[in-house]
Amino acid sequence: MERARLNGHRRSWIAAAQKGLIWGGVAVFLALVGMIETFAGRQIIVGVISLGLALPVLTVLLAGYQGAQGQAGGAPGAPLVRGALAGAAVGVVVAALLVLGDLVNMRSMFVSASPAMYAALSFGRGASGIPLVLLSAAAVGAVGAAASLLSAGVRRPLVTAMAWTLGVGLFQELLQILLHAEGVRSAIRELLFIEDGLSVRGATIVFALAWGASAGWDRRGGAVRQWHGRLPVPRQRALRLSSLIAAVALLLLVPLAAGPFIAQVLVLVGLFALLGLGLNVVVGFAGLLDLGYVAFFAIGAYTLGLLTSLGEHGIVGLSFWAAVPVAVVVSLIAGVLLGVPVLRIRGDYLAIATLGFGEIIRILVLSDFLRPWLGGSQGVLGIPKPVIGGLEFRGPEQLFYLTVVSCALVIFVAMRLRDSRLGRAWMAVREDEDVAEAMGINRVNVKLMAFAIGAAFGGLSGAIFAVMVGSIFPHSFQLLISINVLALIIVGGMGSMPGVIVGSLFLVGLPELLREFAEYRFLIYGAALVLMMQMRPEGLWPAEALKRELHASEEAGPDSGRRGEG
Amino acid sequence: MQSSLMRRFSLVDVYLWAFRIMVLVVVIWGTFGTIMARRYPGEVWIDFVVFGLSQGSIYALIALGYTMVYGILRMINFAHGEVFMSGAYTGYFVAAAFGRSGYLDRNPVVSLLVVLAVAMITSTAIALLLERVAYRPLRRAPRLVPLIAAIGASFFLQYAFRGFFGSGFQAYPETQVLKGTWAIAGINILRTQAVVIVASVLMMLGLYAFVMRTKTGTAMRAVSEDREAAALMGINVDRAIVTAFAVGSSMAGAAGFLYAIVFKQVHFFMGFTPGIKAFTAAVLGGIGNIPGAMLGGLFLGLFESVGPILFLDGLGIVAPYQLKDVIAFTMLVMVLIFRPSGIMGERLEVKKA
Amino acid sequence: MRIPIALVVALMVASGQYFVPAAPAATVGPVTDPVGVVKIEKDRSITIAYWLVVAGPDASLGIDSRRGVEIAIDDKNGRVAGHRIRLIGEDTGCNAEGGVTAATKLSANKAIVAAIGSNCSSEAVPGAPILWKAGIVTVSPSNTAPKLTAADRGPTYDGYLRTAHNDKVQGRVAAEFAFKVLKLKKAATIHDGSPYAEGLQGVFAETFKKLGGAVTAQEAIGPTDTDMKPVLTKIAVGKPEIIYYPIFTSAGGHVTRQAKEVSGLAGVKLMGADGMFSPDFLKAAGDGAKGMYLSSPDLSPEALGPAYGRFQEKHQKKYGEKPLSAFHAHAYDAAMMIFAAIEKVAKKDSAGNTYIGRKALRDALFATKAFKGLTGTLTCDKNGDCADPKIAVYQVVSADPVKWDAGKDPKKIYP
Repeated sequence: MERARLNGHRRSWIAAAQKGLIWGGVAVFLALVGMIETFAGRQIIVGVISLGLALPVLTVLLAGYQGAQGQAGGAPGAPLVRGALAGAAVGVVVAALLVLGDLVNMRSMFVSASPAMYAALSFGRGASGIPLVLLSAAAVGAVGAAASLLSAGVRRPLVTAMAWTLGVGLFQELLQILLHAEGVRSAIRELLFIEDGLSVRGATIVFALAWGASAGWDRRGGAVRQWHGRLPVPRQRALRLSSLIAAVALLLLVPLAAGPFIAQVLVLVGLFALLGLGLNVVVGFAGLLDLGYVAFFAIGAYTLGLLTSLGEHGIVGLSFWAAVPVAVVVSLIAGVLLGVPVLRIRGDYLAIATLGFGEIIRILVLSDFLRPWLGGSQGVLGIPKPVIGGLEFRGPEQLFYLTVVSCALVIFVAMRLRDSRLGRAWMAVREDEDVAEAMGINRVNVKLMAFAIGAAFGGLSGAIFAVMVGSIFPHSFQLLISINVLALIIVGGMGSMPGVIVGSLFLVGLPELLREFAEYRFLIYGAALVLMMQMRPEGLWPAEALKRELHASEEAGPDSGRRGEG
Repeated sequence: MQSSLMRRFSLVDVYLWAFRIMVLVVVIWGTFGTIMARRYPGEVWIDFVVFGLSQGSIYALIALGYTMVYGILRMINFAHGEVFMSGAYTGYFVAAAFGRSGYLDRNPVVSLLVVLAVAMITSTAIALLLERVAYRPLRRAPRLVPLIAAIGASFFLQYAFRGFFGSGFQAYPETQVLKGTWAIAGINILRTQAVVIVASVLMMLGLYAFVMRTKTGTAMRAVSEDREAAALMGINVDRAIVTAFAVGSSMAGAAGFLYAIVFKQVHFFMGFTPGIKAFTAAVLGGIGNIPGAMLGGLFLGLFESVGPILFLDGLGIVAPYQLKDVIAFTMLVMVLIFRPSGIMGERLEVKKA
Repeated sequence: MRIPIALVVALMVASGQYFVPAAPAATVGPVTDPVGVVKIEKDRSITIAYWLVVAGPDASLGIDSRRGVEIAIDDKNGRVAGHRIRLIGEDTGCNAEGGVTAATKLSANKAIVAAIGSNCSSEAVPGAPILWKAGIVTVSPSNTAPKLTAADRGPTYDGYLRTAHNDKVQGRVAAEFAFKVLKLKKAATIHDGSPYAEGLQGVFAETFKKLGGAVTAQEAIGPTDTDMKPVLTKIAVGKPEIIYYPIFTSAGGHVTRQAKEVSGLAGVKLMGADGMFSPDFLKAAGDGAKGMYLSSPDLSPEALGPAYGRFQEKHQKKYGEKPLSAFHAHAYDAAMMIFAAIEKVAKKDSAGNTYIGRKALRDALFATKAFKGLTGTLTCDKNGDCADPKIAVYQVVSADPVKWDAGKDPKKIYP
């Protein structure tokens, strides 16, 4: 027993070193990819720490935290030393990079291996700074280890407070725009920010507030939940309804308070949410993997454009309100037309077939062949904005309301469909087509309805997109959009409608708000997708059934994994 | 009488027949028109065929990787295009170094083989990393989850390469020995194309032999058939999967090298389109089926090269080559509708119990 | 169901009224301006914004333009009208909705005085009106689509100018060169589905036909296509004497390289446009580019003078490499034009704060006459075309990217 325990201890030390090396690799990766250098200009707390410095510091902290894990009951202070060891391991890897950079000119291959990068990693000292790097890495590693030793009651508020400070610092440009107006708002802005980031004062305030709120919720949260549980049911429902109304009212007031840019971002979020809701019907409800969904987006946009445009390709010059139903119906028909050929195809084959259709539509609208009717690469221009009464939907704020109404309408329809016989037929087909057929469900009609409804929603989104931009260019309808929509319903929670909205906010809204990081957007996006699938595959706001399924399949073991194939 | 007829032919069948007929009409009318117009002499057709075969061989090599991974994991490795790209890109650095020092021209065969080796090794390394970090934890998840993870991995790799090496393209140096043409059987074939075709065929044959004849290959096939049974038979499933990844991605790395020899440009985004085309080829040939991937790739290349000129030009369509992907995908859909298991696949309908 | 709908409609109406611009004429400090006034406090910076393609696969275009602006700022020692210059900006992604989002974000920032952008014409079509609605005037360094400065473009584009040439000029010069100088009668064109290339080859074809030549084929490819041999073989059958393909470096490189490999095209001349005018193109095209022609803004030393050489030195020192694309000089000029206009209309009050009237700034920009820029002498017409449309045709001498020297290699041969 004693030997096993000693071995366990030794292994913990080795593990700590290994983790440190891996995190060191991560730090070097971040440096070579250029993130540290690019983000170094981004101050979180002005004069204290930039995002570029925060990244390696975070890796060391995490290394130290992980290093401290391991066999318990060793010498007191052992976790701390392990954490320091892990941190030092990170330092070793970074030092290796510095040495290599000194010996070899890496810039001819790695474009980011600039003097600025080496300086950022070595406190401006280059290779001679290695001892300092190792020491500071070990120290920060120990800090990370110390964090792991804290009780949860202290750790949670600490992490929350740090996250909030980081978040406010990152979103500072946005927040400063929101707080631009004179009066109270501008006073808050002066209090928290300086030029391009948080001031030290502002950072402390945010940190303290977040800590207080988190610690407070920890203490009182349980009591609040108990109180809520003890309320009579009608009161609970009334409470839920009134909070829903409050949330909706808040949502509708956002563009008025936040300005045209936020409204514009929300319009995009809303359009992608519409697309997501449509694809949700096809993939989430009926289980048909569709990678060519952008085709319906394009068809809706082009139909509306051609019907309303005042330019050379416009056919009739209808008003928006007359043209939208036509666009929706045309998309619906397109859904049927594109759905029939793929009725018998299943699973991944269906994915590639629909992907093919999406590409076919894109190439056709771009082609010279159809240029006389569809405008080719020059697109369709001169699409007027919708008008009601005398009021024109000129800006993003008005379009935002249009989008919200459309989303509400679509959610309503989708919910009713989901709870109807058709919805249950979809669920049956999703689980197992053949069994569903055997139970008397007309597979053909059910699948076609799914395609049709999904296409109709997509077409509606396309129509609004066309008026938002005022012109249609074929380059807006790439495969990337289909992939994005699929990703957002998976990340948000497949089959669940609040999930689609959440997914859209995260995968469409967030990158728009963090536009400074545009160069690394897809890098982070990709990493986030991979991580999410590993940690929380059911999505951020899943439908209950799916969550149960996914976690049940984990618990039950290898056999249940083979359910739902084909 | 009439109602029994109606029962036999549903609306869907009518539509599908109409679709089939429409495609056939386009193909026949177009071909007829092209032949009647007599605009293109015989040698030109041979050129088109050679171009198609050369491009198709590259697709075939990439498709092999897709098909092997799909066969063993039932998963579309969306990031396979990036595996291809990584081989080509890292090969560039070696090739450029050889080119600068003149070694490339002094010993072309050796230097090209070294570049090939580097490309294959890098691709394999990246694919193995991918498998370990992104896919292995997700083996039991429902099919969409690893697909999304693969998509995420694809973006990640693309932009990691962009971050490392810049957003512009790099160009492989010219190899003197590969310039110009060879006359084979009276046809002038570009040397690079000949090399590509021959190399691909050799590699595919080698792979086929490996999968069919060796123990590891048989193990891989067993795991593709039935994972549990294979495990019960004592096969190390993890190792078989890793081998499948390794072999498939080394093929992709080789494809990257060959692609770079022909087209010279490497770019962080270069894997995206070939990846999709190769996947189409794999499905066309019957996914999970190695000879199928080869045939699918060659067919796809041929259709892309010959199709627009044969079918569309005769119909008077302007700029037919803009529509070559339309032809490729339509052909794919046709195959999927009317022969869903692909050209060489087994009938899919028989699901395993 | 009815109450929420009524609520939403009420809010829509309310928002409409909230945003009907109240009488826009504003008087702030010593300046009265019908569009608006920007006040810059004494120690604050003047904010200039860019909306360019700085991320994604085409990022070299936007980064190149942004660098031109940054060097212009350096040349002014970072100051204009007594204030520091602060440059912020957005990525547009070279598509219409990217242009909309970038323009909307910038238009929300009331501190922005003027903007430089966009790169791609598809962004400017929806984006420029959004900026001008907020009173921000924008000067584009690389939009070349004719419709942006057409006479019938409408008042929403009143705040839009450009220092880049109009494609109508470039296509015409190329066609005239091919017909009159090279004396060729049959031409074929290839475009890549982008509005720029498609428009340019259209102008070329039209002019060529009007001059009396024949266009044997007008083909198209996709921008990411790599295998050009089938298309080239098809074109070869029509026996053209010159192929004009005004596309971008990557696809252009493939076409050039593979044209030499297609048997039917021996002896056929090749010609590209400013999208390929960079050393990167030679890298992509290899030896096949020797002797081919390129039309592009006249960047030769005779035309531009030593100022451009000095710009190139500064660029090399600051960024460690040669310019990535063809429009850095236009971006430099756009920035300088804006600075000159700011200095003309900025007014100070007794406390040292500066005020700039937006319409006054716009008018000052449109009134630019005989402005000595890197790209030539700029004079803005009433539709916003400021470029000195010196389009030259160059011939590539050696195909070595290291030896690239615009004007000498490739050598300017026309006019």
